[in-house]
Amino acid sequence: MLARRLIPCLDVRDGRVVKGVQFRNHVDMGDIIELAQRYRDSGADELVFYDITASSDGRTVSTDWVTRVAKVIDIPFCVAGGIRSLDDARRLLHSGADKVSLNSPAIENPALLGELAAEFGSQCVVVGIDSRHENGDYFVKQFTGDPTKTRGTRWRTVDWAREAQKLGAGEIVLNCMNQDGERKGYDLPQLKLVRAVLTIPLVASGGAGAPEHFRDVFRDAGVDAALAASVFHSGAIPIPKLKQYLAAEGVIVRP
Amino acid sequence: MLAIVDSGGANIASVRFALERLGVPSELTADPAVIRAADRVILPGVGSAQEGMKRLHAKGLVEVVRGLTQPVLGICLGMQLMFESSAEGETTSLGLIPGRVALLPESPGITVPHMGWNTLTIRPDTPLLAGFSPATRFYFVHSFAGPVNAFTVASCDHGTPFAAVVQRANFSGVQFHPERSGAAGARLLQNFLAMPA
Repeated sequence: MLARRLIPCLDVRDGRVVKGVQFRNHVDMGDIIELAQRYRDSGADELVFYDITASSDGRTVSTDWVTRVAKVIDIPFCVAGGIRSLDDARRLLHSGADKVSLNSPAIENPALLGELAAEFGSQCVVVGIDSRHENGDYFVKQFTGDPTKTRGTRWRTVDWAREAQKLGAGEIVLNCMNQDGERKGYDLPQLKLVRAVLTIPLVASGGAGAPEHFRDVFRDAGVDAALAASVFHSGAIPIPKLKQYLAAEGVIVRP
Repeated sequence: MLAIVDSGGANIASVRFALERLGVPSELTADPAVIRAADRVILPGVGSAQEGMKRLHAKGLVEVVRGLTQPVLGICLGMQLMFESSAEGETTSLGLIPGRVALLPESPGITVPHMGWNTLTIRPDTPLLAGFSPATRFYFVHSFAGPVNAFTVASCDHGTPFAAVVQRANFSGVQFHPERSGAAGARLLQNFLAMPA
């Protein structure tokens, strides 16, 4: 049976891995290659690199570090940040990235998802959704890398997730912004809601703080993968121990 | 020399890098003479079956690949193209392995694309799969898959059984990505490199 995936997320700014709380106050976490190697060795199932300022600065991810990561890493990795065109995606995939993840540019140009799926197959097209709970519903936010540029969209989260799947996305990463960096657990009600409208894999993001949170999100929200940053970067939850715990709790993981 | 068929698709870099990590030089090429002269050939590929066959036709490589007699390893789409046809874009493919590649069906709890680490049911005495246990996991990422038949040497199950590893004469194919399957993937590539040329 397919194993549930644990995905450390490395937010990249100016070639370094950084981490902020609720997308603010970024702290330097270390060198991209060193962290990537450490996670590969500790049993991470996949890695995601988000160039957190690329989209709001209007530029795309640089490919030099993508190639360096691809050379040393023997697990899959996804790259995100300001990918606006087939050419942007092609450059990253040819540099060795396994998947590309689109957030704001997919909202601005939804047709791009179909073009990417036709060219590369939907299995490498990921859509990241930043979602916030407001007035009893969930809404999609844009340009969340920079708080001064963050803004709302016309999309309800459930509608956009369904639309992205229809257009050609092969996976959705749902960042629940109310939970991000708070370490109080994943947003189970929201993830369940989105899981129910999708047939493609769903990755939970935002809020992991304890091993139980991972168990709950797999068991209760039925997500395919769980993404986390600070609890992995800080060493608060070592991945090998987390996998032992999850296996003991009946969650299928790759040892 | 090991030739990687440059069919113009994505993920060619990661296959090269995986071979580099094993200390094996390779040449990325679309030159029929170089491909025919290689000791071993890898047919990589990410993308759709239609695009994949279109690129092989455009580079005049369909008959070249079909006629190879040295060990050939198809990876992911490269493996799917070894079958007779694919429902993806109603494509006629290389016809090296009988059967038609079809879309994996969705069902509750079974998401498509099949994305992540899964186990194999391995036919005994398969040199390509030496050293693996039923618990060994490989990284898959695909929506289409080939049928289980006489040429399946390992199957995988994702809602329905499908061919994970195929072999016929000198042609082998793996649906998963050995270049992204950690130590298990490296071992598989080493097994391929150890097959008598």
